[in-house]
Amino acid sequence: MVAKRQERRLVKQRGSSSVFFRTTGLKKRRKMDTRFTRGKSAILERSLTRPKTEVSVSAFALLFSEMVQYCQSRVYSVSELQARLADLGQGVGASLLDVLVLREKNGKRETKVLNILLFIKVSVWKALFGKEADKLEQANDDDKTYYIIEKEPLINAFISVPKENSTLNCAAFTAGIVEAILTHSGFSAKVTAHWHKGTTLMIKFDEAVITRDKALDGR
Amino acid sequence: MSRQSNRTTESKKMNSELFTLTYGALVTQLCKDYENDEEVNKQLDKMGYNIGVRLIEDFLARSSVGRCHDFRETADVIAKVAFKMYLGITPSVTNWSPAGDEFSLILESNPLVDFVELPDNHSNLVYSNLLCGVLRGALEMVQMAVDVRFAQDTLRGDNVTEIRMKFIKRIEENLPAGDE
Repeated sequence: MVAKRQERRLVKQRGSSSVFFRTTGLKKRRKMDTRFTRGKSAILERSLTRPKTEVSVSAFALLFSEMVQYCQSRVYSVSELQARLADLGQGVGASLLDVLVLREKNGKRETKVLNILLFIKVSVWKALFGKEADKLEQANDDDKTYYIIEKEPLINAFISVPKENSTLNCAAFTAGIVEAILTHSGFSAKVTAHWHKGTTLMIKFDEAVITRDKALDGR
Repeated sequence: MSRQSNRTTESKKMNSELFTLTYGALVTQLCKDYENDEEVNKQLDKMGYNIGVRLIEDFLARSSVGRCHDFRETADVIAKVAFKMYLGITPSVTNWSPAGDEFSLILESNPLVDFVELPDNHSNLVYSNLLCGVLRGALEMVQMAVDVRFAQDTLRGDNVTEIRMKFIKRIEENLPAGDE
């Protein structure tokens, strides 16, 4: 309901904007200026390599549970719920990628499919869950598909899935994180979570990504 | 029995960044879903309350602290045991009201707001409002009605983050009929 109302308002604004384009443009610029002239925020001064701080797993589990319930209250099906969780994960992945690349790779990004996958299996997993992912496998019959397998993911540790929704896997959230990291690194892919050998994240790369990778190999 | 011996009082820890970023993703989503900051604050408080109601059980089981004799003791337990256990920080307890029913928790650092900067158009957003809900919910489960709010927040340019807690009343226990 709310979203729809907002959308309508946006459309309205857009509809009438052409006449006032110039003024709004100016206004916008002035707004940007205050943002940049305002004193530098403290957050920019802080070092990226901070001492590791820790929180309790219970705190995270309770927060995640509230998140799942909130998402559930706004959807009608399991797949919609998973899509919403994945959306939330995307936000996490996008922010995490930047900080990890700067912190651990000196700002250098991966260019090869295998390397980015290993980056996820090792660095990303360690930053998120304090350990490497259990397994990274490639599908036998398909060079576009890879699997990251986690026997007992932290995310699902305290979640029991009701029988009537047995396909629901809240690791869709992790799938969202991984998808954002791949996509923002220039490896467009679709990532989904499944119940298989624990939890398996299935990564399907775009055709173009694999073609490019092979071309790089050829050099 | 074997289950009990397996249970450690030390709760498991994890890197705070996943927690921080997850909370950030949640607040971002709420800002998209609701029209104004007040609604988001309310929703955060509600979610915090739900968390607090469940968290107190976990807390009592792990911490093995007994019943507090007065509000001062409660304040100390919240700051030194609960915050330490769940968020890995120890806020200081200060600014007691003369009547002893109101105090402030000063948070030197707040794991919820690492990486966070409030954009100009969300000046009314109380980003960490979840914490207020958690405290309210948890204390309600031990028969204490309290009022919790953010008095200062580093995100809004204050020097420290201050949570103000006010004791309202003891909640009378209503035992179900037939129970001892």
